[in-house]
Amino acid sequence: MHLSREEERAYQGELGDGLRRAMEILVVLGDIYGADRLIPVRSVQVAGVSFKTIGEAGLEWIKDLRGRVVVPAVLNPAGMDLSRWREMGIDERFAEKQLEIVEAYRRLGVFPDCTCTPYQIRPDLARRGDHLAWSESSAVSFANSVIGARTNREGGPSALAAALVGKTPRYGYHLEEKRIPTHVITVDSDLKASDYGILGYIVGKEVGDGVPRFIFRKRPDVDDLKALGAAMAASGSVALYYFDEDAPSAPKGSEEILVSDKDLQEVREGFAPDDEVEVIAIGCPHSSERELAEVARLLEGKKVERELWICTARAIAERRADLVAKIERSGARVFCDTCMVVSPAGDRYRKMMVNSGKALAYVPTLCKMKAAYGSVEECVGRATGGV
Amino acid sequence: MEIRCHRISGGRATGPALVTKEPISFLGTVDPETGVVVDPGHQLYGRSLGAKVLIFPGGKGSTVGSYVIYQLKKRGAAPLAMINIKSEPIVAVGAIISAIPLVDGVAASLLDLEDGTMVTVDADGEMVRVEGAD
Repeated sequence: MHLSREEERAYQGELGDGLRRAMEILVVLGDIYGADRLIPVRSVQVAGVSFKTIGEAGLEWIKDLRGRVVVPAVLNPAGMDLSRWREMGIDERFAEKQLEIVEAYRRLGVFPDCTCTPYQIRPDLARRGDHLAWSESSAVSFANSVIGARTNREGGPSALAAALVGKTPRYGYHLEEKRIPTHVITVDSDLKASDYGILGYIVGKEVGDGVPRFIFRKRPDVDDLKALGAAMAASGSVALYYFDEDAPSAPKGSEEILVSDKDLQEVREGFAPDDEVEVIAIGCPHSSERELAEVARLLEGKKVERELWICTARAIAERRADLVAKIERSGARVFCDTCMVVSPAGDRYRKMMVNSGKALAYVPTLCKMKAAYGSVEECVGRATGGV
Repeated sequence: MEIRCHRISGGRATGPALVTKEPISFLGTVDPETGVVVDPGHQLYGRSLGAKVLIFPGGKGSTVGSYVIYQLKKRGAAPLAMINIKSEPIVAVGAIISAIPLVDGVAASLLDLEDGTMVTVDADGEMVRVEGAD
């Protein structure tokens, strides 16, 4: 990989050991993946925040780091709501470790916004054509596919290295040739909002790390796309997909897949909720303002009989404190900075109902809970005593 | 015997070889407090990685493995140096953040080396020296 004179000096340690280590990470990954040079990034989203995921080992590394980020950097969700963790049933020891992690990142200059949807709170972090170094799989998918920015899926150390250097190696989804569709997915169904998570769950399993190009009957909205991309990144490892007509066409001979009402119905039935459901979680990826408004409307005048959590970014909850108050009047709780997948809070339950294809893929593996799926109406209905 | 190699993580160290033909997932396979291999399914089960030059094909598994390497280093239970046939990001990043010399690009025949053979890894000079062999 070619390095500029300045980059070479940093790599040789002339600008301090912190930058040397950061440069080594970028150069090594660039070598492994065949990058030709480093390119500047507009922003960074750092993974490796939940103590549940990185444990003692990760905490020690972050605490020992010295340096200062040179581009805007935000965090992935943590393992708990950073202020209301007691209400989540998080124990003191976990909370202490989790707060230490976030504090250690803050010392490096990382903004302590812990969200999988940085694009919902700070649109300036990613614009069409920007290069980024983001980590969380659904955020990566949204940035590449909906915003039209370019990012690989970074690990914790490589994202942080990119934030300290302000650059990332140029390979993978930064390159035009890696952004060509590999599959054509024709969706033969009039999709409702709650179908996108299921569709993503199905297609992710089919295409793995491919680049699907969808043909829809009607154009999905932003929340639909958020749900679709998140599910494909969890059941497969899709980091880029296309959904509109001016997308690049797939080369001749690309695999074609037809998804029908029957396919969607089969998965729905396989994950139909039953009396075993003990907790219901909405907000994977983090709820938008519009989604919060919908939950508030559905809960109006009702009381929850089962635990109902709604996860969102702190900035959104603060901006729409009115909606949060409405939702919580029902007994449901709005948690920030975290989600059902990265928090140990759900571990004490046997079965969780979700309205997310991504959560559906992860809850059984990462949380060792059974999972059920329903639309947001069905989730609220189940929480408030209906079936 | 001197073997050319490719620097992944800088530095230089000498020690007895510990060799396996199986890839290593540091998360789950190695106890981060002691450096002992605790996965009964692994060829190195029961062996300690500490103070060895660890020679293995490459890493695998969870990316948290990078942090486990770091924890081993802080406990004084990490390998002195590592040699891979082909490094992947988990072990590469783990070695860098832990300041453990790591090289790759050596021939797979190095995996036939006997345990305990003294090996020097000079990552900065991109050279591996094996004692007693020509």
